Amino acid sequence: MKFLKLTIVTLLVGLLQVVQAQAFEIREVESPGGLKAWLVSDKTVPLITMRFSFRGGTINDPENASGRSYFLSGMLDEGAGDLKSQEFQQRMSELAMRMSFDADREHFGGSFQTLSENKDAAFDLLRLAVTEPRFDAEPMDKVRGQILLGIKGDEENPGRIASKELLKTMLGDHPYARVPKGDADSVSSMKPSDLKDAWSAMFVRNHLQIAVVGDITAEELGPLLDKVFGALPAQGKKVSIPDLKAPEKGSITIVERKIPQSVMSFAMPGLVRSDPDFVTAYVMNFVLGDGGFGSRLMEEVREKRGLTYGIYTGLASWTNGGLLIGSVSTQNAKAGETLDVLRAELVKMAEKGPTEEELEQAKTYLTGSYALRFDSGSKIAGQLLGIQQDNLGIDYVIKRNDLIKAVTVEDAKRVAKRLIDPEALTISIVGRPEGIPLKTGEAPG
Amino acid sequence: MHLMALSCQLEFALLKSVMSNLLENGRSVSAALFALMLAMTASAMPVRALDVDVSEYTLENGMKVFVIPDHRAPVVTHMVWVRVGSADEELGKSGIAHYLEHLLFKGTEKLKPGEFSKIIRLNGGEDNAFTSYDFTAYFERIATDRLELVMDLGADRFANTVFDDKDIKTELEVVKEERRSRTDNNPAALLREQLSAAAYTAHTYGRPVIGWMSEVEALAAADAQAFYRKYYTPSNAALVVAGDVDPEKVLKLAEKYYGKLENTVPTPKRERTQEPTPIAAKRVEMSDPRVASPSIARKYLVPGVNQAPPGVSETLDVLGQVLGSGSSSYLYEELVIRQKVASQVSSWHNGDTLDGGEISISLAPAPGVDVTAAEEALDAALHKLFKDGVSEDRVARARNQLVASNVYAIDSQFRLAYIFGAAFAIGRSVEDTLGWTSRVKQVTAQQVNEAAREYLKLRSSATGVLVPAPSKAANATSN
Repeated sequence: MKFLKLTIVTLLVGLLQVVQAQAFEIREVESPGGLKAWLVSDKTVPLITMRFSFRGGTINDPENASGRSYFLSGMLDEGAGDLKSQEFQQRMSELAMRMSFDADREHFGGSFQTLSENKDAAFDLLRLAVTEPRFDAEPMDKVRGQILLGIKGDEENPGRIASKELLKTMLGDHPYARVPKGDADSVSSMKPSDLKDAWSAMFVRNHLQIAVVGDITAEELGPLLDKVFGALPAQGKKVSIPDLKAPEKGSITIVERKIPQSVMSFAMPGLVRSDPDFVTAYVMNFVLGDGGFGSRLMEEVREKRGLTYGIYTGLASWTNGGLLIGSVSTQNAKAGETLDVLRAELVKMAEKGPTEEELEQAKTYLTGSYALRFDSGSKIAGQLLGIQQDNLGIDYVIKRNDLIKAVTVEDAKRVAKRLIDPEALTISIVGRPEGIPLKTGEAPG
Repeated sequence: MHLMALSCQLEFALLKSVMSNLLENGRSVSAALFALMLAMTASAMPVRALDVDVSEYTLENGMKVFVIPDHRAPVVTHMVWVRVGSADEELGKSGIAHYLEHLLFKGTEKLKPGEFSKIIRLNGGEDNAFTSYDFTAYFERIATDRLELVMDLGADRFANTVFDDKDIKTELEVVKEERRSRTDNNPAALLREQLSAAAYTAHTYGRPVIGWMSEVEALAAADAQAFYRKYYTPSNAALVVAGDVDPEKVLKLAEKYYGKLENTVPTPKRERTQEPTPIAAKRVEMSDPRVASPSIARKYLVPGVNQAPPGVSETLDVLGQVLGSGSSSYLYEELVIRQKVASQVSSWHNGDTLDGGEISISLAPAPGVDVTAAEEALDAALHKLFKDGVSEDRVARARNQLVASNVYAIDSQFRLAYIFGAAFAIGRSVEDTLGWTSRVKQVTAQQVNEAAREYLKLRSSATGVLVPAPSKAANATSN
């Protein structure tokens, strides 16, 4: 068993004073059967929270079975072992436990919470869900109906339409462009054997990462890990993801809908999480549009002009590719003006980067607020799983603020120039936007 | 598996820094934002805390102080709750409480517009605010040793906000965009608004928190200023601090910063028009080309926690849970599993209000099932419940889940502070809040069955039906 003492340090640059805030310990627990988990033991609240994920996710869905992982995520609490769907649901509700699953692009995840007094029974129910799912026809049809309604709803949801169009335009057939729910035809014809295939492809021990927080000791956790996951096969196939090449030339797509606002998604090529420039890009983007109030875009578009309720940008960084992606909505008559302001800000950021003052302020906030991500059991579990997924190491929590502090204004300018390319800005707009300057090759909506 | 969102009670004014928490490890944007909105929506559900120490003080000016120690992390949540919400607005001024909430970020005699949030950020904190029918609240989350700074700023903003003409006009545009984003762009939100308007004959709970667009457009600086003067007085507010703090020390700071504020007006009375006893089922139907598939929303007007006889509000909490919380609830088993007429159904009770409460039901017909047939099946299932009652077993499970929800709530510092702030806002005591668990444990199946017959009457309900309409503008895509 490895032990590592971690300290969250809050730096208050305004006073040039380092405050050691509070220590908590992240342990890497290895079970008797060889499973590893990161654990923060804390008895303050009689709860245990576990987050785990298997590498895989929607990128694993075969082309002719889109939505397979998402469907699976809805079926694991719909009957397992000898318990049929409703018996399983009743047992969950008797134990007042919480269990849910989700599929993103590269991970199939599980969230689990129980009162510590019920831990043995609750972990046992989780074991059933993970290792003996039933995929009975009746609950499968029920979940199918729910997903189909969801797909239909998304087809009328302006934000969903905009981001789907954007990813289609930029990523084409790449698995990253997939909508998790899949398409209606595929979901309609999904069979139990498909879900079983998805389950056996992803649910293997060497693809598993686990974070546990709360009222449980390392000694108690080890055997429970073996109990829950021990029956899964040790090895699975390597997940292969094609490289991503986002277009260097931007475009505008308009999806016409009779709505009072134009809802816009926009993106440029980004970078992968393992890129050495990632942290610098993260800080630079914070100045641009990830800071809420105080970000350049929020100041220019909302505060100064009242054009929107919110404008945000963020880095979507995956294993084999990434995007710098953003969103804004404004009344139709102001769509052109909003885009003009956005473009002008992108040009400014690309040419000059953040100022020394902006960079210092961003670093102060990002380092000072890091502790806020660790103020509840479920938040700590989420952070610890994310750090494992991104392969950042168990000491990342200590190192992270130093990484942010090390970003220099020269780095930030260089990375701004590297990433921000207004010519590569791809935009999708849902609504009836006015004043959109169309270039050659583009037709009005 | 739950795919349906709950109805939103709160208007979150400033959606800031929402993505930074989720993005650094490389998650996608819109999903993160959406998840956050859902999480915030869920936090509007009634939950009260159990094993927590709450210290309560009253400052000389009448302002209340609640302190809830939580030493797990070196952070603190600071909230100021004001006993005024959209239901206190005058006729024709809907949206003023929420608009004013935005304007409290626009500066004071000491601070420039936006400077409040900037200082919070420079100290590694997050801030935001929200408005509901019965309250307006402002919060900051920050490292514990920054608490004094936040209290200094918070007290200044509470008393000394200035209303500059230019900023006010720009911010009104922001609020209009907020309304378009939340409501006008979303037919389900429009239907919810119409449903509330139909449900209430006289009470201001029938008006949307964000306000009708026609009235929001006409709001002026003078309106905001008058509303601020009338309601933002210390005897009408509470300070709530949860986190890594010592209650006595918080009290000292509260005396220093909030204690010096003077009451310039008498404590405002909340004299609202009360809803007469409902005597007719209300109904709204809406069709919209943006609707993908039909849905039904219903609300029953029930007594709120301040009007209900002892034990009734807790009985209704259990009833809401039994009826439609989760996949093993009565309506879900009846309509989704057994009859297969619905794809989703859920219900919940909200009685944590100054005036009347509501039991809400939300239903999505299964694909291919006619919306009228689904509604008939819902009513038939309810009649069956009136006749046969629900089992002791089911009630026991619901009680357990409600009690456990308290323990889950303690995991979140924000939630802890919210629970006691919201209780203050509707005039409930700390003891009352802490006693909720033991009262829920006493609710019997017989009480739940009697409450169902008594309170789920169609004549005290409003039903909203949302259906697709054929679109004239083809859903064209052009590149």
